[in-house]
Amino acid sequence: MNAGLYLSADVVCLCRLHMLSANACSCCVQLMRYMEPWMPSRRTLLTHSAKVLTLLGAAGWLPMTAQAQMAAYNTAAFEAKSIAELMKALGTPMPVESKDVTLTGPDIAENGAVVPVGVSTTLPGVKRLLLLVEKNPAVMSAMFEVTDAVEANFSTRIKMGQSSNVYAVAVMDDGKLLYAQKEIKVTLGGCGG
Amino acid sequence: MADPMRIRAQAAGDKATVRVLMAHDMETGLRKDAAGKLIPAWYITQVSAQLNGKTVMTTQWGPAVAKNPFLQFTVKGAKSGDKISVAWVDNRGEKRADEVTVA
Repeated sequence: MNAGLYLSADVVCLCRLHMLSANACSCCVQLMRYMEPWMPSRRTLLTHSAKVLTLLGAAGWLPMTAQAQMAAYNTAAFEAKSIAELMKALGTPMPVESKDVTLTGPDIAENGAVVPVGVSTTLPGVKRLLLLVEKNPAVMSAMFEVTDAVEANFSTRIKMGQSSNVYAVAVMDDGKLLYAQKEIKVTLGGCGG
Repeated sequence: MADPMRIRAQAAGDKATVRVLMAHDMETGLRKDAAGKLIPAWYITQVSAQLNGKTVMTTQWGPAVAKNPFLQFTVKGAKSGDKISVAWVDNRGEKRADEVTVA
């Protein structure tokens, strides 16, 4: 079997962080390439993972069930897999790049399990700040509600499954969305937690 | 009851910088244990802060916030001696609230 074909995008990643994401991360690709001669065919593998997912859903292990009872928590938004999906869940237009929004973080994160990041903006009339990681299993990491009594400046630490673009999105009072982006490379933590 | 948070609030001019360190596992629900079973998701979903009893900040988190979460924010109009309390709720409904005096 051709290795390139075998490792196309719809192979479910083996490592823990990418279980539910569409693309295998590079270390798993290497592992699969190595394991290929002993692996079942791609079709059986896919059916198998589909079965596993169904079982997981039935057992209630998928994250949505535990969340259902929390009214204020925006479950749909936190489960969105892509930025487009997230904007649909929030009911907002796609964000526009702006230099008035700032995202601080390292260029290279040594450990993907702890990446220090900060989001801030100097603009008046900001309602919320969102912190998004493009290639995480769920795009949105955090949503900060800005009130008159706090500055639109928050820092926290997030997990990143792999190197990715990270976005700081400011939701403005007039419904506009502005963003700043930064690519953060992760050297360790592509696999594992 | 979960372990206490470590909170530090420092006044500078007419605002105070608050740094919070929460003790929480923040399981994503995607990791597996040694036996290959998925570890169920367990993470802080909401954090709020109050200045002298009035809510000044709320935030919602997904499981992608790092283990033992750190949060820094700045409260306007807080002065030395004011009380700042921070509370979180996780997806199992567990809660924790702690209070400090602005230094």
